[in-house]
Amino acid sequence: MKKLIASGAITVNSPQKSSDRKWTFMEKLFLGLTLPQYIGQALRNPFNWIIAIIFAVGIPIILGRFIFGLSWVTHSSNDYPWGLFLAFGLFGMVPLSSSGFLLGTACEVFGRHDLEPIERLGLLNGLLGYFFAVVFLLIDLGQPWRLPFPMVVSFGPAAVLFLVAWHVSTYLSVQIAEVSVSFFEWIGFPIGVRAIRKITLGLTVSGIILSTLHQGALGALFTYAPGKVHPLWYSSSFQWIHFFVSSIPGGLCMVITVSTIASKTMSWRFDQRFKDSLDRVTVSLAKGASMGLATYLTIKLMSIAHDNKWAYLTTGYGQWYLVEIMIGVIIPMTLFAYAIHHKKLPIIRFSALLVVLGIFLNRLNTALITFNWKLSEREIPHWREVAICVTVYTIYIVVYRFILYRLPIFYQWKTQEQYALAYAAKPETTILKDTEPALVFASKTEAKAFRNAETITS
Amino acid sequence: MKRRDFLKGCLIGGAAASLGAPSKSWAVGSFEGYPDAMGVLVDTTRCIGCRSCEAACNKEQKLPEPDVPFDDTSVFEEKRRTTEKAYTVVNRYETNDGQKPPYRKMQCNHCNEPGCLTSCFVNAYTKTKEGAVIYNGNVCVGCKTCMVACPFNIPAYSYSSAFDPLIKKCIFCYHTRLKFGKPPACVEICPQEALTFGLRSDLIKMGHERIRETPDRYIDHIYGEKEMGGTSWLYLSRVPDDQIGLDTTLGNEPVISNVKDFLGMVPMVLTIWPALFSGIHLLATRNKDHGDEHHNHSEQEDGKK
Ligand code: SF4
Ligand code: SF4
Ligand code: SF4
Repeated sequence: MKKLIASGAITVNSPQKSSDRKWTFMEKLFLGLTLPQYIGQALRNPFNWIIAIIFAVGIPIILGRFIFGLSWVTHSSNDYPWGLFLAFGLFGMVPLSSSGFLLGTACEVFGRHDLEPIERLGLLNGLLGYFFAVVFLLIDLGQPWRLPFPMVVSFGPAAVLFLVAWHVSTYLSVQIAEVSVSFFEWIGFPIGVRAIRKITLGLTVSGIILSTLHQGALGALFTYAPGKVHPLWYSSSFQWIHFFVSSIPGGLCMVITVSTIASKTMSWRFDQRFKDSLDRVTVSLAKGASMGLATYLTIKLMSIAHDNKWAYLTTGYGQWYLVEIMIGVIIPMTLFAYAIHHKKLPIIRFSALLVVLGIFLNRLNTALITFNWKLSEREIPHWREVAICVTVYTIYIVVYRFILYRLPIFYQWKTQEQYALAYAAKPETTILKDTEPALVFASKTEAKAFRNAETITS
Repeated sequence: MKRRDFLKGCLIGGAAASLGAPSKSWAVGSFEGYPDAMGVLVDTTRCIGCRSCEAACNKEQKLPEPDVPFDDTSVFEEKRRTTEKAYTVVNRYETNDGQKPPYRKMQCNHCNEPGCLTSCFVNAYTKTKEGAVIYNGNVCVGCKTCMVACPFNIPAYSYSSAFDPLIKKCIFCYHTRLKFGKPPACVEICPQEALTFGLRSDLIKMGHERIRETPDRYIDHIYGEKEMGGTSWLYLSRVPDDQIGLDTTLGNEPVISNVKDFLGMVPMVLTIWPALFSGIHLLATRNKDHGDEHHNHSEQEDGKK
């Protein structure tokens, strides 16, 4: 993409293609490229080939799950009703998607205008995370076509899951509304933009309520199984607080991680404002995340002290617990403290990734790895179950990328007048500036493939 | 944003939040069970492991052919659990007191305050006044939370069915027998009278009676009298309960007690949060000249300055 831009292609960032012509919808869809150019760049991207292979294997398996039933794809059993789909997909993705409400709150409620450049990424990350958590849920439900039942057919209001169902679905619509601002700008529907802006605060506040409740509710789901979740991962009075509090650093670090990957693979999409503020915003987010981690660690220790569970720490499970806390909480906290002080961005980005992995590990541990610790046999996921998880996650990445390429998330949409102004003043330079290679950051670990994504084309 | 818009925004926020309001009306009762609840007293000292109850249940509930015939005792080599094909199973337990090993039948215990029932978000379970915990497959979505929530690991799921997978568990023969006051099939067939059907309250008395009359035959405890808030099916045993596979770490609180903390917090969040955060918003933006402007405009204006 960078090469194409260098050779004269212009990116879509305002309704006008040139001073006298508007972008058509198709042109917007193809990023302002011609069809052969677009297909060409897609084919030259090795990451797309990897995706194609994953889909070729994974999609038939997903279809198979609906034709042959759950037992064909999972090792979920009568003793382990929740397998990888829920442990990884639902319990793992939802906390990482708290970014929507966190950044919404910071910008709209606390008036932190300095975080605005990344607010939209936070909102989008939230929306997609929730959406795909629901996709995972649909795959895992025995009768997914009955998903609306708790809303319309039969109510079980004493159930925590009832709350989750209602709140996640309401919150999904709130998030769609929040993200739709970008979409309305992009398709050129200013009335919609204005309408949503008017209710932004209301949306944000309801977002806070719904998020507090269902992040906590996912934790509270485990209080139904006091004897089955290992005591180190269980606490009847603190469980929901654990889940809620850990979702705060989770969401913030996920945004850091996504913006890091994006800055390596699609910096052509960033505008000057985003580039200039990315480092500063990352530091702010990291500060927030460290506060969250500190709180999380405190209540973790409190709950162990409260029920006097120190003895468990010396068992095998206890060591595994310590590993989880080290990876996900203590090491990143230390690194954050050091890196924020010395403004070492690569380290911040690396520890953010650790936090993300730590959250996944915590949810996997609670829901699967240490679940049923009293039973002798452990459940090992079926390979098809893993394949489905990888496939759905890949779809998630593809959709994410599709949206980031197009909607004004990393850049600001120029209105007609602004475009005219900029065009009159210095038509070439503004555009060329956008194509300068972004700062190169040193975080290495996640998704090598992701990084390759654009290097060839650029 | 103007003050009026701000209020409007809050209203919409409140409305969106109150969509979730049915969650307020949860029902946490200190429910002691229906007075007329029936139950079954399982006297494991009488059970000889003949598996006739398994066969009777299979026939009564029209379950599929078993993998191993019901007169085959090789099944005792390992511990089995209830499955989609067997609502009840009998296991043999090794003890080290030199006496013949005890057997225990297991099935749904028909709790007074069932975990499965409270956890189901479409209310598929019903505790009938006769004491049975029955299940309505027409609304079940298949989230399998009830399986997680059952402290006794009873509900099974027909994973193999692609289009109509359902929860499978003992229903106390409710539709065919209990409703008409008849004892369940497994009880009726038992040749040893190890299973006694009756009013739960009578069975508890009877159990204590047996313990008092022959104290060396039983430990002094009826499993299920208090466990997890009490169950309709009760167990007498010669050896400590944990040696016949009964979980003695569960405690007497029903599952719902663990969840109360969280459920109690919900209405608080629903009422306090909107006011709290709207207040913070007013404070945070009060002293800024463009605080009411939307950010994008203000940002761009800033940029131009
Ligand atoms: S034993 Fe399990 S399935 Fe049966 S009523 Fe109790 S909680 Fe429900
Ligand atoms: S699996 Fe069915 S019965 Fe069990 S909790 Fe979910 S909806 Fe209710
Ligand atoms: S009560 Fe009925 S359904 Fe339950 S185990 Fe006995 S025969 Fe089977």
